[in-house]
Amino acid sequence: MSDSHERPEREAHKPWLYRRGTINGVFWGLLGLCLVLGLADLFYHRHTVFGFEAFPAIYGIFGFVSFVFIVFAGIGLRKLIMRDEDYYDG
Amino acid sequence: MANFSPGLILIVGGLLIPLIHGRARQVFMLALPLLGAIQLFGLEHGLHGQVAIFDYTLTFARVDKLSLIFGAIFLLASFYNTIYGLHENDTMQQVAAPVYAGAAIGAVFAGDLITLFIFWELTAISSVFLIWARRTAKATSVGIRYLIIQVGSGVILLAGIILYANKTGSIAFDRIGLSDLASWLILIAFGIKAAFPFLHNWLQDAYPEATVTGTVVLSAFTTKLAVYALARGYAGTEMLIYVGIVMTAFPVFFAVIENDLRRVLAFSLNNQVGFMVAGIGVGTSLALNGAVAHAFVHIIYKSLLFMSMGAVLHRVGTIKASELGGLYRSMPVTAVFCIIGAASISAFPLFSGFIAKSLTLSAVAEGGYVVAWIVLVFASAGVLEHSGIKIPYFAFFAHDSGLRCKEAPANMLIAMAIPAFLCIAIGIFPGPLYALLPFPMDYQPYTASHVLSQLQLLLFAILAFAVLVRSGLYPKEIPSTNLNTDWIYRKGLPALVRWLMAAGSTIRRGALFRAEFRLERFIAQVYRHHGPAGIMARTWSTGSTVLWVAVLLGVYLLAYFL
Repeated sequence: MSDSHERPEREAHKPWLYRRGTINGVFWGLLGLCLVLGLADLFYHRHTVFGFEAFPAIYGIFGFVSFVFIVFAGIGLRKLIMRDEDYYDG
Repeated sequence: MANFSPGLILIVGGLLIPLIHGRARQVFMLALPLLGAIQLFGLEHGLHGQVAIFDYTLTFARVDKLSLIFGAIFLLASFYNTIYGLHENDTMQQVAAPVYAGAAIGAVFAGDLITLFIFWELTAISSVFLIWARRTAKATSVGIRYLIIQVGSGVILLAGIILYANKTGSIAFDRIGLSDLASWLILIAFGIKAAFPFLHNWLQDAYPEATVTGTVVLSAFTTKLAVYALARGYAGTEMLIYVGIVMTAFPVFFAVIENDLRRVLAFSLNNQVGFMVAGIGVGTSLALNGAVAHAFVHIIYKSLLFMSMGAVLHRVGTIKASELGGLYRSMPVTAVFCIIGAASISAFPLFSGFIAKSLTLSAVAEGGYVVAWIVLVFASAGVLEHSGIKIPYFAFFAHDSGLRCKEAPANMLIAMAIPAFLCIAIGIFPGPLYALLPFPMDYQPYTASHVLSQLQLLLFAILAFAVLVRSGLYPKEIPSTNLNTDWIYRKGLPALVRWLMAAGSTIRRGALFRAEFRLERFIAQVYRHHGPAGIMARTWSTGSTVLWVAVLLGVYLLAYFL
């Protein structure tokens, strides 16, 4: 997914998994799957314990937001606690 | 058959290993967990192996559903771990691994606190050799730190046991519950081994520094022994719910930015044990079943993940995410096994993590612990981030590092195939595992609500990852050391001691200087009076002495007549 800077004429020589087409296919496929799963909430009754669970696609939204929050919090945490690799050896 | 603890087979057998050589040694090592399993299946429920010492009765084999399921999974782990290490010919590890596993099994079957203590300490002493076996200066010092903390846990346990026995007059290891100092000490001892928050960093410090096989072995026993001990002694202690959720939540942030992939898995281990601790805190039969089931499947998929990373380390000599990538072409089978482990730990439906974690989440929800439940669902997204995606993605995919190597050795692949198979089999057919759990229950993990909610959570989180990577916002892997609480004793305390020594020596110098000054003045005084030129040291002529004596006598006579 991070090879976008490479020249397009070399695409065909790349392994299948690294080709732009494959990567895009996986991404749009995943997005489609998420849409289906999110919309599915409108068509069945979820067995819930807490009231807020009934909100459509709540699990999906929570999963997405949590993931982004964890990653950004990690980036912030780096500023606080990241040191050189040989910090303890020096 | 005699009802003795299966742990003894592994301990005694492990100590005999140096006497056996060549192929026979390998057969013998594989036979030990199998013999242990035969012994375990032959055990009858009840208390066995009782020995009276002074006023107390030690119980070496307390057999019930809780001890049996932990004994069984420890033996299973010991079996495939042995296969995983067959390519190595290192007697130190070959002895340490079965003795360590046997000690953990011995502790699980211990019916009293003193027997528990004996095996508790034996796990500490035997396991450190799996770290030292790496034979680097770093591993040596890590091992010493690990040993101090592990043995420290045992010492605190012993103090708790003495107070507890003194108060209750019993050493039986049953429910303890939080009440007095004794119960707190025992909880802290368990908490150190379970890696409670702030008592946790020995785990991330030590496990990634052990040998390829050693880390796999270590990951199975110590923390799960603590989970067993907590389930036995502190079920329903509400505080543990909150300890557990903190354990699930905070390691995910450290795992995101950690570069050493085995250390990422160590953080993930912390997070997973948090789910179990929270379940134990809830304490209902569903929650305890959840904690035990989670421990069972966790040992399997965590071993699998550590094995796949161990195979990478074994083949390419590094496990740093910043140096890896693209290995799926060199190690496709290992990559598939790793993905199976990753899917299991992320609790994808049809994988083992799903059928275990559902129990705990249902129990927490039914208990009405809404905050705890939200944190656990959040932490589930966190597990997916570091164990579900980061581990397989950065090792086997991501950018091509250019590293090319052979597929993992055959014994490693066979060892990985066993847990990989179990991850899927238990995920699809949870019934047999549910039947082994300590409490009877009627639970159906595969309902439309469960499956769709979980899939939504996971796939949207993966989508978040894809979006972040495509937009370049996902943080790069950077070679680094990330500070943790071990900074306190690795940098903070040594610096404090150095400062105190420096400050102390200033004070000491000052005090010495003053003392010296006074001493010198005193010596000078003495010298003035008693020195060669002093009044007391003057030589007197005989004449003047006689004169002085006469004067004195005269004064005496005068005084007499007066």
